[in-house]
This record gives sequence, structure tokens and C-alpha cells, in this order.
Amino acid sequence: MSVNLSKGQAISLEKQGGGSLSAVRMGLGWQAAPRRGLFGSRTREIDLDASAVLFADKQPVDVVFFRHLVSDDGSVRHTGDNLVGGAGQGGDDESILVDLQRVPVHIDQIVFTVNSFTGQTFAEVQNAFCRLVDETNGQELARYTLTGGTNATAQIMAKVTRQGGGWTMTAIGTPAAGRTFQDLMPAILPHL
Amino acid sequence: MTAELVHGQNHPLPGARLEIRLTAGNPVIAGVTLADERGQVPRPEWVGHPGAPVLPGLELPRQAAAEHRLAVDLGALPDDVCRVNVLMALPGGVGGPERFGALAAPHAAITTLDGTEIASFTVTGLDSESAVFALELYERQGAWKVRAIGQGYAGGLAAMLADQGLPQAADLAARINDAVAEGLARAVGAAPVTASNGARPGAQGGAPASPTPPPSPSSPATGVNYRHPGRRDDTPPQPVSPPQPPPTAGSGVNYSHPGRSTTPPPPPLAPPQGDGPRVPVAGDATGWSMEERLYNQVWGMFEDLARTVAAYRSAVDFADSRMERELEGVLSDPRTRIGPAADAARETARARHVQLVDQARATLDRDIAQLQAEADVVEPALPPPYARWDNPCWHAYQVPTEHPMALRMGDLSLEEAGGLRIPMLIRLPLERGLWVDTGTRDTFGLADSDQVRGQGISLAVSIAARLLASYPAGDFAVHVIDPAGTASGALTPLLNSGVLADMPAMGAAGVQSVLGKLTQRVDLVQMAIRSGAADSLPPDIDTADQLLIVHDFPHGFDDRAVTQLRYLADEGASVGVHLMMVADREESGGYGPLLDPMWRKLLRITPVPEDYLADPWIGHAWTYEPVTVPPGSQVLTQVLAQVAAARRALPR
Repeated sequence: MSVNLSKGQAISLEKQGGGSLSAVRMGLGWQAAPRRGLFGSRTREIDLDASAVLFADKQPVDVVFFRHLVSDDGSVRHTGDNLVGGAGQGGDDESILVDLQRVPVHIDQIVFTVNSFTGQTFAEVQNAFCRLVDETNGQELARYTLTGGTNATAQIMAKVTRQGGGWTMTAIGTPAAGRTFQDLMPAILPHL
Repeated sequence: MTAELVHGQNHPLPGARLEIRLTAGNPVIAGVTLADERGQVPRPEWVGHPGAPVLPGLELPRQAAAEHRLAVDLGALPDDVCRVNVLMALPGGVGGPERFGALAAPHAAITTLDGTEIASFTVTGLDSESAVFALELYERQGAWKVRAIGQGYAGGLAAMLADQGLPQAADLAARINDAVAEGLARAVGAAPVTASNGARPGAQGGAPASPTPPPSPSSPATGVNYRHPGRRDDTPPQPVSPPQPPPTAGSGVNYSHPGRSTTPPPPPLAPPQGDGPRVPVAGDATGWSMEERLYNQVWGMFEDLARTVAAYRSAVDFADSRMERELEGVLSDPRTRIGPAADAARETARARHVQLVDQARATLDRDIAQLQAEADVVEPALPPPYARWDNPCWHAYQVPTEHPMALRMGDLSLEEAGGLRIPMLIRLPLERGLWVDTGTRDTFGLADSDQVRGQGISLAVSIAARLLASYPAGDFAVHVIDPAGTASGALTPLLNSGVLADMPAMGAAGVQSVLGKLTQRVDLVQMAIRSGAADSLPPDIDTADQLLIVHDFPHGFDDRAVTQLRYLADEGASVGVHLMMVADREESGGYGPLLDPMWRKLLRITPVPEDYLADPWIGHAWTYEPVTVPPGSQVLTQVLAQVAAARRALPR
């Protein structure tokens, strides 16, 4: 298991030997609501959504979320919206891939968030986590356990910041409330 | 839920009555020390250990074991206790291991009385240490919290207690060890060694009672690995690794970071491949056939160019607005508006702008160079339907035996991308009709409207010829409506080669007859498909795909013909009847908005370059350049002659 980041903890994404990380992935996983049958079941599905907001000098420039799966420049890609969750066994149900070397030069921060689109708080969702992975070798860089946390419907997870030629990751881990990333913007700005 | 703590992380405690569970791979001593607000342990009575197992608010196990449960009642502690340190130590002089590095990583968990785990912590990175502070419970503003410590002492209990300010630390450590030795002597046998991980609270599931090796840093059982995960010189603590040089006598505290390796990093591996520009290869995409791979590759290049230009434009926009903001900031303050400071500020703002734009430009240039290199290998590899007329493959043209996948309509380019041209490939069969807009005004002023008109019909002929040449013989038929006969010059290649299904329709009667025939065909085929009887079409129905070129619209069209044309535009594509209008929309302005839906349905292409085509990703306005035959080239005539010969060779 990798680093369980605590709030504000920063990790440099520089590799030893000077090279910096080239690609990171944010993974989000949760366990689908139990289902008894198909007909007549009024199961409340759980839909968590991962988003990444790209900032240039504290101005939001672009966003990658379930309605805009690829940033205009193509450097950040969402692999697709999962509306119900997965088996809850640690697999990522939604992923956002960031090609750090292709991020446009003016983008200096990328903030990752998680929202509960269907409104369940993280306390109600089973086996929910989000994590950041070094995509080049699959190493987990950071992980948050969302389940059982606060009664929040959103979490501002972490940000990657451009520093010189490389990138640094900082854990934020602030709970917030909102259906999509738009609702989180006021909560994100203080962390930039 | 359990909070997996990392070194130094804290977690609030829900109540005063708690249980602490300690697990290690071998029997260990569990103890606590109580500290005042300065973090010191003033007297030996404040140390709980197997020899003094009951303290106010605390109850400890009386002997060493691989698994311990400590009961804590924070409310019952002496008033001046501000901190409770939970420690584990290896018993000395009983023949067990003498360093934690030889054991599985010890684990500490704090639970409520009903067994719900609140927080847990795995102490990793231990080596020659024989005593370790695992957790600390502390009071902060009236609330108790737990913090993960993981501080190990190579000097053992004595060093650990001395570090806490106890005067007779060595004596006390000796007493504790004696008490443990007595406890072991009383025991029936050595305390059973339980598997470190299998016996962890919450994971008790009949794990085999064999000692497991310490988990590797990446395994989920290890709490924390402080080394950068991307670094490879990560040697997990091995139980049988050669012992490190013992710490200098009396040094006590091991100040080295438990996770830090003193071994030098191995030399960096060979530079990772993938840096530096890739060598482009034609057909470098997925697909079942080379044709499909090239199609996907071209679309991939299209998307890449759209995105890299989007990144550049976004960066330049940002640089512009930032410079504007900064210059405004200089101007808005009367004190700084004039003078050297203002000049300097303006200079800085401009320099920052230039720097950012230069960076963005460098990235763009790099990407364009890569795409250009790819285009240079892809372009010659394209099959005829994808290739420009000047591609040598047209000279080696052979009538295909299979339906084409896509057709090149022209080239697409963006201002920023210099001379880079992306082939504009559209899928066949056409999903929507085409509209060669002869009302285009040449933005470069090279052609007047008559020339544009002439180029329009030439483009229509060029595309029709490409379609004819891309389909197997007899699978594609072209009809022409040219009511006034004004296009006969441009239509010569089609007419002379004899590839047209019938002569261009002239006059109102000709328009009626062609439209009537095609409308009937669409109607019949649709009916046959709906009733599932596609085999029972009348034998005189041509099942080939049809292209209708309409020149000079709306000349020669009455209301009935316009209605039929709209019907063909709406319904034709699904049953293989396609429309190509060569028209100036203004000339049919008399019909008012009635025809607007038809024009909107058609794909507009221009006989002269114009930037109006939007890509599906960003929506840049791309400059479209039509596929035209190079002046003086006979390639189109030769290709059409081959098509006609192949058609004549078909069995009737």
C-alpha cells in the first residue's frame, strides 16, 4: 500500500535522476448499491464523479469531467462516466489520465475532485476511495479512503502544481458539498 | 472505518474508554509511559509495564506476547497526565530476536470497547531498533487524539526511557526485562508465535500460524513507505539481511529516518524509450485493414493537430489577458503610472508575455514537426481514395473489388500549423449530401464569381470521379442535372469516358425525368427494406449507389421538382441515393426559408480555400482546400477510362 496522504502533505513527482513523472492517473472506486432484482427494484444507484480542473494563474481554464471527457489540449482524459460503481474490491471505476508533459505551458495547477452526483454522502457509500497513480509504472502515489469519512458529498482531493520543469502533488483532502465540480469552485479557490 | 495512519498523522478519539491492540511477529513487551505537559515522564510510577501492569486508567498485559490488548480509560488518568505513549519492546535475554528489523512490521490499532477499529498504524522501516514508540494519545484543548509515532530506539528500553527524562531508566528497563523473564518462566511454553498479518485484529480468519516475511513496501499490509514510490532503489527490510553496523554505544536514539536507505542509489537505467520524437510509421493505428488503419491514423493526426493548436491558442490568450491585466495594474495607480518604475513594470509584463508565448510556440512547433514527419510518411502510403490526384498511386490505379471505407474531399489546415495539411477523409457511403458552394467569395481575391462557378463544377467532377473510381465497377452510378447545359465543358471527362449512367438532363423535362426516376427508386427501396423484401425489387431497379449532381439550381426546377429534390435530400442517403448540389444559395433565395433545412443537411465544400469547417473536438475553423486535379494532368481522364472499361467488361 502506498502513502496515505494526510492533509497538506506534498509529494514531488520528480523521479530520481532528474526526470519527472510523465503521466499520472486519478482513480476513483466505490461499491455499487446492493441490488435485489431488476423488476420493481427502486435501488438508489450511487454515482460518484471524478473531475479535474485546470488552472492558469488561479483562473480556471478547462475542466475534464463526465460531460467534457478530454481537455481541449488533449493532455487530460477521462476514461468515461461510471454511473453505478463497481465491485468495491479496489478497482478503479472512473479514471482521469494526465499526460503531464503535454499540459499546456500556461496551466500551472490541476485540481482533482470527487463529487457524489446522486447525493449520497461518502459515509453512505461502501468501499469508496480515490487514489493517484504513476501511470508509467502503476505505483500508487496517494490514496484517500472516502468511505466513513465526513458527511460530505464532495471532496477536493489533491492538486498537481507545476514547479520549474516538473510537477509536485499536494494532498488537499478537504470535504465539500456539491453535485458537480461547478459547485466546488468556491471551495477550490482557497487551495490554489 | 479505520483510518490508516502515517507517521506523524493524528486522528480524533471518539471517547475515553478505548482498547489498544498491538501485534508483532514475535512476543514483545507492551508498555505505556505517561507524560506531563512537557512530554517528560517524571517518575517510574508513570511507566506501565508487565511488572507494573495496573495504573490509574490503564491496564496492561503481564507478559510478553505477539498480540496484546491494553485497556485505557482516558478519564481516569491522573490529572496532570497530558500524554500516553504506547511502546513495544523486544524482551532482552530470553533468546528471541534482538531487533525489530528481523520481524514482521509491528502493528498498532486503537479500537472502541466493542471492537470497532478507530485508527491503525503499521510501524515500518525498523531495523536495529529493539524498542519502539508506536502511538501517542494526547490531550489537546480538552479532546484526546491519537498520533502515529513509530520512533524506534536501537538502545532498547533503557535508551527509550532515558529519552523520556526518567532518572533511573536503565534500572527500570532491567526491572521490566526481569518481570518479563519471570512471566515467561511461569508460562507453560513460549508464547505462541502468531502470524503477523493473519493475526491482526479485524483480519482474524484462520491464517496459518507460520511467521510470514515482512511484507514488501508495495503490499497492502505495510502502512507507509516514505520513499518516493517511483524510485527503484527500494530494498524492503529483509529479515535475514546482513546486520547494519551496530549504533555507537551509548548513542541510544537512532536519529536516522527509519525509512531512509543509506545505500547509494543504483546508476540510472537506460534512458526511457518514448522520450524524443517517435519515428513515424504509416498505418500506425488500430484497424482491421491497412485502409482502416490509415483512416484512423489520419483522424488521429487531425485530432492531435486540433488539440495542440488549442493548447497554443489557450496559452496565447492567457498570456494576452495576463499582460493586459498587469499593464492595467500599472496604469490604474497614479503613483506608478509614469516614471522608470512604470516603464520597468511594463517591460516586465511584456517580457512575461513574450516568454510564455515563446514557450507555447516551442511546444507547438515541436508537435507540428512531429505531425509533419508523420504526414510525410503517411501521405505517400495512402490508397487512391485517400490520396491527392498528384499522388503516384493514381497512375497505378486499378478498379477496386471492394467498397471503399472513406474518401478524401480535400485538405484541412490551420493558420498556426504552417504548411501542414491534414487529409479530410469522410466515411462512405456518404451520410449526407454535398454542396459545392459556388456562392463562395474568394477571400484571396484571385477568382471572380464566374471563375468560382467554374471551379465549383470542376470540383464536383473531381469528387464524382473519385467516387466512381473508389467503388467496384458498376457499384456506383452518377447522374447529372444541368438544365441549361452550362456545365458541359467541365463535364467533358465524365461524358467522354462514358461513365455517366445517362446523358446530363437538360431542360425542365429532363429534370423531371431524372428526379422522378430517383424518387421512385428511393421509394421502392425503402418499401422493400421496410417490408423485409429487399430481394423482390423489380429487375430494372439499379441497386448501385447513385450520385445526383445538380448544377445551376434552381434553374429548370418547378415546385414539384423542388419538393422531389428535398425528398431525395431527406430520404435518399439511407438507401444509397446521394445528392451533390453545385449551387449558389442566394440564387434560390426566392424559395425563402423553405430550403434552409436542405442546405443545412448538406456538407458544404468550397471550390476555393475557405476557413469554415469545424473539427468535432474543439471547433476550430479549419481552412478547407478542395481536391483538384493538377493543371495539365491527365490522371482523371485515365482513371475514368479504366473505370469505364471495367464497367463494359461486366457481364450484362
